[in-house]
Amino acid sequence: MNPGRERRMVPDATPQSYYDRPVLKEPAWKPHVPVYFFTGGLAGASSVLAFGARVTGNHRLARAGVLAAAAGLLPSPVLLIDDLGRPERFYNMLRVFKPTSPLSVGSWLLVAFGPASVGAAGCELLGVLPRVGRAAETVAALIGPFITTYTAVLLADTAVPAWHDARRELPFVFAASAAASAGATVAALTPVADARPARRLTLGGSVGSLLAFEVMQRRHGVTMEPYRSGPAGRLSAWARALTATGAAVMALVGRRRRSAAVLGGAAVLAGALCERFAVVRAGSQSAQDPAYTVAPQLARSR
Amino acid sequence: MTAERVGFFTDTTLCIGCKACEVACKEWNGVPEDPIGFTGNSYDNTMGLGANTWRHVAFVERPTATGGDGGAGGVRWLMSSDVCKHCTHAACLEVCPTGALFRTEFGTVVVQQDVCNGCGYCVPACPFGVIDRRRDDGRAWKCTLCYDRLKGGLEPACAQACPTDSIQFGPLEELRSRAARRVDDLHERGTTDARLYGADARDGVGGFGAFFLLLDDPQVYGLPPDPVDSTRHLAGMWRAAAAAAGALVIGVVASCAGSRR
Repeated sequence: MNPGRERRMVPDATPQSYYDRPVLKEPAWKPHVPVYFFTGGLAGASSVLAFGARVTGNHRLARAGVLAAAAGLLPSPVLLIDDLGRPERFYNMLRVFKPTSPLSVGSWLLVAFGPASVGAAGCELLGVLPRVGRAAETVAALIGPFITTYTAVLLADTAVPAWHDARRELPFVFAASAAASAGATVAALTPVADARPARRLTLGGSVGSLLAFEVMQRRHGVTMEPYRSGPAGRLSAWARALTATGAAVMALVGRRRRSAAVLGGAAVLAGALCERFAVVRAGSQSAQDPAYTVAPQLARSR
Repeated sequence: MTAERVGFFTDTTLCIGCKACEVACKEWNGVPEDPIGFTGNSYDNTMGLGANTWRHVAFVERPTATGGDGGAGGVRWLMSSDVCKHCTHAACLEVCPTGALFRTEFGTVVVQQDVCNGCGYCVPACPFGVIDRRRDDGRAWKCTLCYDRLKGGLEPACAQACPTDSIQFGPLEELRSRAARRVDDLHERGTTDARLYGADARDGVGGFGAFFLLLDDPQVYGLPPDPVDSTRHLAGMWRAAAAAAGALVIGVVASCAGSRR
């Protein structure tokens, strides 16, 4: 159709928005939030790896896992509290327990996980109270897996199309990526002879996270576009490249050379961080464009 | 709930775009100024609801095939005063981790400003993009349906100020039946575009406490055509999270297996 040649006798097709204004408000979170998704994931998965290493008698690996868990955990509450509009009221998170709020559930998970992981690391470093340390490690390992995945529910339980539509896959993306982060950190902190389980976890987590991220984007329609476009698309590409390269270096060279494990591990960690930023950014992009809100809703109600 | 559920019926066929509702709301609730510029979009410089705009009058200028005098190239005006929908199933309230957002005895959804710690989770949860954080203040703000006035037996400021009764306040059931009669009446008189938005308790948010009579598709007014409270899928999300957590444990077990020494 050429609108320039003849005069339109019918009004324009129904506009899909009000002056192209977004229907949704994008989250007002600072970069603290994706960084926390990364540090929390690292902490949660490291505690599980530490427990696995302890049970199989690999105490060097367990030590690195316990320390990695605490290292991931310690900055987490700082990031979360500083992100609040009223940081001095952070304790209001503990006023209630609300199962309908993933953020409330997550706050309570952190209340349980934080002291356990830090306590375990303290006992390990100081070499005191071994039984208390083991008990703390066990508690941390029990809660750890949920620390890695509740953040995906937190994002999915919103009106943001790129997050809500990915609600079945996002927990797997985050869990796998957290596993890769834990493996990478622990492998870098452990002599190669003892680090085999950590390298395997790095490889498995990396492959799993790349796969889950891909499956997620293929399963759903137009609302996955933001993961491939704009700043989120670039972050996704970086996440993919860094994760794949790092995992390959870790698997191929990391078993002989500690330096390769450190390098590959750093790349995997950077990839995991980029992935969290990509996911958060994709959500913002999908909220900014009214088409991602309106078109799927129209398709569904027809 | 101790009192009857109340709400708004906004009949946009009666809206004349005077913005008395916006002004009354600002004045009564002490809502600060939004940094207003010139948008060039009809007579709308606030452009939507937000932390500092709790009533918002939309102005849609639609070109028509014929003008009022039968000539070509007329403009059809759509004006509509938007507000928080006070959803039956309110995602903002459900995801609020502090309990700052609560359901009042009138069935409305209100933020307790002395509790809100500004986590901002309610902002992306709202399927209408209503609630937002004030930048300087850090907390989340939105329409309270004039909770203080309801407590004192008054109607909300916007409804009282509306000169054409486009904004009608009252018990929700009564408003719903009145709105249904109004649509029938408009259809009989040839306004077949008239339709209710948010009056159906079976919709994705369980029906709005503040619903509308529109003359075009909701998205034309900047409203989502089929809004859903995301929390209705929460059980499935937790199941996926549990499955993923299980997969992580299996991954660690598999990685550590065979390394026993």
